[in-house]
Amino acid sequence: MTGVIEKEEKAEAMTGADIVIRALKEQGVDTIFGYPGGAVLPIYDAIYQSGAGDIRHILVRHEQGAGHAAEGYARSTGKCGVALVTSGPGATNMVTPIADAMMDSIPMVVLTGQVPSHLIGTDAFQECDTVGITRCCAKHNYLVLDTDDLARTIHEAFYVATSGRPGPVVIDIPKDIQFAKGLYQTRQSVHLPTYRPQTEPNLTKIEAAVRLMKAAKRPVFYTGGGVINSGDAASTALRKLQALTGFPVTSTLMGLGAFPATHKDWLGMLGMHGSYEANNAMHDCDLMICVGARFDDRVTGRIDAFSPGSKKIHIDIDPSSINKTVRVDLPIIADCAKALNALIETWQKDNSAPPSLVAWQQEIALWRGRKCFTYQEDKQLIKPQYAIERLYELTKSRNTYITTEVGQHQMWAAQHYHFDEPNRWMTSGGLGTMGYGLPAAIGVQVAHPDALVIDIAGEASVQMVMQEMSTAVQHDLPIKIFILNNEWMGMVRQWQQLLHGERYSHSYSDALPDFVKLAEAYGGMGLLCNHPGDLDAQIEAMIAYNGPVIFDCRVTKDENCLPMIPSGAAHNQMILGEIVGDEIDEKGKALV
Amino acid sequence: MSEPDPQNMPASAYDMSHAEERDERRTLAIMVDNEPGVLARVVGLFAARGYNIESLTVAEVDETRHRSRITIVTSGTPHTLEQIEAQLLRLIPVGKVTDITNSKRGVERELALFKVSGSGEKRVEALRIAEIFRARVIDTTNASFIFELTGASDKIDQFRELMRPLGLVELSRTGVLSIKRGAEKG
Repeated sequence: MTGVIEKEEKAEAMTGADIVIRALKEQGVDTIFGYPGGAVLPIYDAIYQSGAGDIRHILVRHEQGAGHAAEGYARSTGKCGVALVTSGPGATNMVTPIADAMMDSIPMVVLTGQVPSHLIGTDAFQECDTVGITRCCAKHNYLVLDTDDLARTIHEAFYVATSGRPGPVVIDIPKDIQFAKGLYQTRQSVHLPTYRPQTEPNLTKIEAAVRLMKAAKRPVFYTGGGVINSGDAASTALRKLQALTGFPVTSTLMGLGAFPATHKDWLGMLGMHGSYEANNAMHDCDLMICVGARFDDRVTGRIDAFSPGSKKIHIDIDPSSINKTVRVDLPIIADCAKALNALIETWQKDNSAPPSLVAWQQEIALWRGRKCFTYQEDKQLIKPQYAIERLYELTKSRNTYITTEVGQHQMWAAQHYHFDEPNRWMTSGGLGTMGYGLPAAIGVQVAHPDALVIDIAGEASVQMVMQEMSTAVQHDLPIKIFILNNEWMGMVRQWQQLLHGERYSHSYSDALPDFVKLAEAYGGMGLLCNHPGDLDAQIEAMIAYNGPVIFDCRVTKDENCLPMIPSGAAHNQMILGEIVGDEIDEKGKALV
Repeated sequence: MSEPDPQNMPASAYDMSHAEERDERRTLAIMVDNEPGVLARVVGLFAARGYNIESLTVAEVDETRHRSRITIVTSGTPHTLEQIEAQLLRLIPVGKVTDITNSKRGVERELALFKVSGSGEKRVEALRIAEIFRARVIDTTNASFIFELTGASDKIDQFRELMRPLGLVELSRTGVLSIKRGAEKG
């Protein structure tokens, strides 16, 4: 492929800033999340003069907010998120969202301004080595030093971000490149001979997989965020393959929604705070079919005791995920949807009858019978689990999207809010970024203006990005921030109880703001609820209000998030009831 | 990457033999797009994931297509080495990674420059040993030689040990270069 330079551009070159806008339009970008500054002023000028009429710019309050909003936008639409920030602190503030998107494989293109190219390396004002800083936390990055390369670089960035295993790509654009004139190139100019993601499955492997599946007596599907990333086709294929096989399904935190939580064969989430039935099924299965998940340590628990008796099939688009932490018997490198469809086709061609799963289903039913998510009810105080349950009941029939921050509330949301469709659940899984949920909700609401978008938050996490409430008000984004306020960094407190002899070092959220007044100060609505009897009415009031809401839900202060696989333990050693304090051995304590 | 034969699999991945889990030394040839920062990407990956680099050489080998060849000598368990290869291939400008370990299917050479100073018997002895090793004298003064020596790394090590008592002042070596045996491209 060679660069196609359009004829009219030969006569009149464009400025770099105009090239940026034109390339974004050609990529179908309709929204940019950003914050201006010295080194991106030419691009902001192009947006103003616009050129950019059909690209909506959402001004955030902190660059981190722009990054997470772009992630929320991407995760809820399946499209690429776009953020635009300035050099130096603008770029360094973006590092957390970039690392977050890398861990969770979220397609995102980040445009950063840079000091003029002749000043690079001189410690100029607001200079930092953006490509150096982001090299290890982005899928790829570029420093553009010739305006003629700018359009092609942007097209390449979108291709890299959205293909293969998706991820964030950074384009650093010095200010002089934005001013200088250059020639526009269309997306046909993309030329990446060294980048060839493998998406088609090897059919011999598919046949071997089906032979294993046809022989399995205790099979389980272990699915992950890759199924969501692969698009609706993958979720559809997963449901179809499950219907054919009758195998039970569990999923990682990132994969929730790919398989309907209301299905009889749904086991719930697995892992550290997953369900008893999911973890025991994983431990005791004879065949594990991992689809688009990566054997994260939060999922596996103790590696040498992880599902000891099973054969493992691993479908992943990223060859480096294979055998990274857990050895698998049959790796299939492919796009999830393509691999699942190939499995369906091969399964249907094979007429042999698989063994009965009745015994396995009965075993699972016994584990299910433990009802591991049960909690002590309280008539006077709101239990956090109860709050999520009610939120689910009152919003499940609506067009609802859920984002979360990170901590106990996130795990309770994963346990007690149920998803039947993909792309409805946005959470920071790999990096575990407190402060993800509020800006992510903004990104989701921009993409889905008529939907109900709720950030299930903790009072500690949400304060890391509280300023983005102002963004929601400015852009008429009626997000609902549902704070499970227990006045503690709950997960930190829980670990201190579990590991550190109840020495609660700096985990109490002292000097909390009055969240109702805070909401009003920002121009939104605040709601306070501290009695279970008022909860439904207050949630209805929150939904009914056409604008951003902060819902201060005062919950019991010392609730622990259970069940739990303590660090260093195996899947079948879950804590179900209460934490005693001796669950974790010395070796486990050293783990995170 | 070698993948298990599904027909002949053990009951569980944990039954697979772990006797292999000893460190091995490997020479990898990494073909990359010669773009700014590509070496930093490769080296950064080794640093970030805790892999070893015993030696590293790099130069452009295809000027028209701007391809560079990076040769890295590394060590690790077979499992780690498999991950190194897979992680390298995740980098966008990395096109191909080939294992060219000397003992297997490649030849390895290194070039070294030795500065040896001395007089009298030691000086004569140094020159005599250099002849045996087919080292070339590329600079000489009344009190010193600079020898140029090419060979496998252990030959260079041996020469260094012999020169040490004879007045070895300074040593500079390129690190390992390698190429695959036979008529085919690596």
